[in-house]
Amino acid sequence: MPDETKPANADSAVDRRQFFAKLGLGSLGIAAAGTAAFAYQFLEPNVLFEPSPVVNAGKPDRYPLDSVTLDVNSGIYIVHSQEGYFSLSAVCTHLGCLTAWKPELGIIACPCHGSKFKQNGEKIEGPAPKPLPWKRIWLNDDGDLLVDRSTDVPPLQRDSFVRV
Amino acid sequence: MAKTIDQHFDTLRETRVWRSIFRSGTGSSTLKRALAIQQNVFLHLFSTKVRTRMLSFSATWYLGTLTLGTFLILVATGIPLMLYYHPSAPQAYADTKDLQFVVSSGLFLRNLHRWSAHTMVFLVFAHMFKVFYRGAYRAPREFNWVIGVILLLMTLLLSYTGYLLPWDQLAYWAITVGSNIASAVPLMGNKIRFLMLGGNAVNANALLRFYVLHCMILPLAAMFFIAIHFWRIRKDGGLYSHASEPTTLQAKNADGATAQEAQ
Repeated sequence: MPDETKPANADSAVDRRQFFAKLGLGSLGIAAAGTAAFAYQFLEPNVLFEPSPVVNAGKPDRYPLDSVTLDVNSGIYIVHSQEGYFSLSAVCTHLGCLTAWKPELGIIACPCHGSKFKQNGEKIEGPAPKPLPWKRIWLNDDGDLLVDRSTDVPPLQRDSFVRV
Repeated sequence: MAKTIDQHFDTLRETRVWRSIFRSGTGSSTLKRALAIQQNVFLHLFSTKVRTRMLSFSATWYLGTLTLGTFLILVATGIPLMLYYHPSAPQAYADTKDLQFVVSSGLFLRNLHRWSAHTMVFLVFAHMFKVFYRGAYRAPREFNWVIGVILLLMTLLLSYTGYLLPWDQLAYWAITVGSNIASAVPLMGNKIRFLMLGGNAVNANALLRFYVLHCMILPLAAMFFIAIHFWRIRKDGGLYSHASEPTTLQAKNADGATAQEAQ
């Protein structure tokens, strides 16, 4: 017996129950996506109470010629070479440990996994994949050396040194 | 005549209060003993009946049960430790030292927590090796193996997050190295590291996040999966016993059939 209350395409059409089920699931899906976006935004801090990337390394005459000085708190080396002053990140490019200058060997070494670097940051041996990056260094108006830890500069270039 | 201890317990089990809590009633019939398991919210996760030989030491070496034991010790010692520990950068290290040298029994609780943590990692691996070499991960228990792998990850994450909390040099550099390993994930590695630490370096945010993960999120998630893990043992036909597996029985029957045909 044909059901006259059903439209002709009743089999393919969405009935009321299915419509509301889809509406409900769709709303839940949108709400879930919104919750995921909300959670992601919540978990990502908007304000960080981290030290400024720019570090004041003091007067240049603190660093004698041919010296490598580690600042433990900021994680940078100030190197006073024949060509001038330059700054090197002291954070190992392997897994982020703080490296140390070994004056008796004339190298920079990482205590965690044994990476070794030359005084100019060049890699001697791994596991570090990359050399220690050079950081932008300049003199401010007071004659203090400033280093921007967030900016890498090409190594051994004229502009990467500060001459006093 | 004086009553034996068992008789005292029987009297206790007959009291109205006891019967209002444990409805299965007294008696040691198979039905009563099964009901005692089935009608208890904690025990109903487990099978009402277990083969006697599966309770022998050689069957499982009790590795799963011992792992649960260390987990319970970790919960029981971890909560009191939380009462003296502030997860803030200026206080965390000093609180750890206070727990060792100032708080009564603090040293005992902290060491018990630490040793249990080490033991739990060892036992989880031992449990998994035992399950693997006995072949107990096979159908119909594959899903419980998957749950087990999730529980292994939970255990390792609990170890890792707990490692930061003393806030000493070892903790700091271990988490620095570990978070840099996380940043090796393709494409989203640095984002994962940033969200994990709540910043660009291991600092106060990282300490707080690891504390919340260690004391709330991961233990709750672990309990959730532990419950499923135990429940699945019952649902998948009890503890694995090679002699009683359907495949073994099938092979046995097939051998019997061929032997009869040969005759």
